[in-house]
Amino acid sequence: MTNDLTRWSAARMADSLARREISAVELTQAHLDRIAAVDGSVHSYLHVDETGVLAQARAVDDARARNEDLHVMAGVPIAVKDVVATEGLPTTCGSRILSGWIPPYDATLVTKLKAAGMPILGKTNMDEFAMGSSTEHSAYGPSRNPWDLKRIPGGSGGGSSSVLASFQAPLAIGTDTGGSIRQPASVTGTVGTKPTYGGVSRYGLVALASSLDQAGPCARTVLDTALLHAVIGGYDPRDSTSIHAPVPEVVRAAQSADVSGMRIGVVKQLSGEGYQAGVQARFNEAVALLVDAGATVVEVDCPNFQYALAAYYLILPSEASSNLARFDAMRYGLRALPEGVDDPSAEQVMAATREVGFGAEVKRRIILGTYALSSGYYDAYYGQAQKVRRLIAQDFDRAFEVADVLVSPTAPTTAFRIGEKLDDPLAMYLNDVATIPANLAGIPGMSLPSGLATEDGLPTGFQILAPATKDERLYAVGSALERELVSRWGGHLLEKAPTLATVGAEVAR
Amino acid sequence: MSSLSRDDVAHLAMLARIELTDAELDRMLGELSVILDAVALVQQAPTEGVEPMSHPLPLVNVTRPDEVRPGLTSAQALSGAPEADQQRFSVPRILSDD
Repeated sequence: MTNDLTRWSAARMADSLARREISAVELTQAHLDRIAAVDGSVHSYLHVDETGVLAQARAVDDARARNEDLHVMAGVPIAVKDVVATEGLPTTCGSRILSGWIPPYDATLVTKLKAAGMPILGKTNMDEFAMGSSTEHSAYGPSRNPWDLKRIPGGSGGGSSSVLASFQAPLAIGTDTGGSIRQPASVTGTVGTKPTYGGVSRYGLVALASSLDQAGPCARTVLDTALLHAVIGGYDPRDSTSIHAPVPEVVRAAQSADVSGMRIGVVKQLSGEGYQAGVQARFNEAVALLVDAGATVVEVDCPNFQYALAAYYLILPSEASSNLARFDAMRYGLRALPEGVDDPSAEQVMAATREVGFGAEVKRRIILGTYALSSGYYDAYYGQAQKVRRLIAQDFDRAFEVADVLVSPTAPTTAFRIGEKLDDPLAMYLNDVATIPANLAGIPGMSLPSGLATEDGLPTGFQILAPATKDERLYAVGSALERELVSRWGGHLLEKAPTLATVGAEVAR
Repeated sequence: MSSLSRDDVAHLAMLARIELTDAELDRMLGELSVILDAVALVQQAPTEGVEPMSHPLPLVNVTRPDEVRPGLTSAQALSGAPEADQQRFSVPRILSDD
């Protein structure tokens, strides 16, 4: 095994810390060194908290020296997506309108990370207000895919996926409204879970679409993802949509990796036409491996999935147009004055601020949502989309009568080139075609690597979906598949990624 | 085809409180028309008799005991304000003179 700490799994880091073989400060410094060496080219971080993260690591080391009872993950550093409020650290959501905003409070999931003693390295890049599939809609420039720096790392959580794939953090927080955890994982050869809606508190997340948004864990292995899921999950009285039940037994499921007797449903509508050949090939092989491991396969029919993308791009903009009304230039964020107006009104200031503070995609979706909700069009668009949402949830209900989990490729293609889809919003939206149904129904989903597409040598993703609150099934299946794949590959997929050029002298370890 | 006009888009932008330049307005009109044509697909779904679904969870009203609990101080609440005055958010005029 490598001596480069940044390439270890989070589970190994946690073990080694507990055994006092390494210190939290040493581990954190190794990541800061790595960030200094590669983030100039990858651009995963919007903000690195060098002083704060070392202080948090030192506090863990001190507590361990005093033999205090510590959380199993104490001392393992983490990166947090910039849509999550962090007290004292800038939180911009990738938007100019929140440039320099420093929240006066922590999101509940951040409070949980801090309570577990997990030092926070910094905040990761994202499409503005999580609207996008590539990070190209970040006001601060795109993140890049460590497999090929000319390509996108997925979105909106491309900062969190690229930070893992470039070994700048062992763990990261993502949020998934239509696939923003799973699609970035898919195109970077990493793992990510969107928990059941309500499984992780939304308190302190800047809302995009409240009935779809869900924060979740991102990592490089299925077990690491489960370990982080267990830290951040659970009931929160500050989120009225939080599930009042214990966190599913995700760690135990990941460790069991048992799929014997499990019924795996292949969704007919989420494969074949429109899916890149290499993506489909790796998917088919992965399904065969699960059969070898003792699962059975059934094909399931979800006829209403054909309407999912259309319904999503009405429901999301509608909710977003309402949520983003809070950026009114009055209480926080940017305030811009209209040009050539003496004594402008609050309304004029708000409109001028949103003109310069929001990027093109955010404006597009707010205006689309405003249209879908306006009287005369409501029934034909938003109302109709809500009925389609019910049909999709019913398709899932029927599918889960004959299957314990459903599977599909995570995204239809491997990572595309930066700029390739920027001028074609619809082409960009199609990236989410396989991930969106889970958000509409509120069920949990995971993406993990299934291999490399033969035609371009880039990572492909395998998606697993489970019934609401049965998140542990994702981990049992994901872990079993990972075990089979890793043994065939002779190591983790990321070991095949090209070596990134580094700046300055990386500390030799 | 959607029948969105340039004036419609300008009106929507005003409702959404977003100033748009002429060039942005032109571009937005084209893009919104294409997107609206695509999402109109929902109108072809077999939705007769289907109840709309607004949320993935069966929601119930949530209350908490009526007890004082920690909140933000006024300094914290005002810490991100573009302008503050006498422990208040300071805002442009709301009403016009006429």
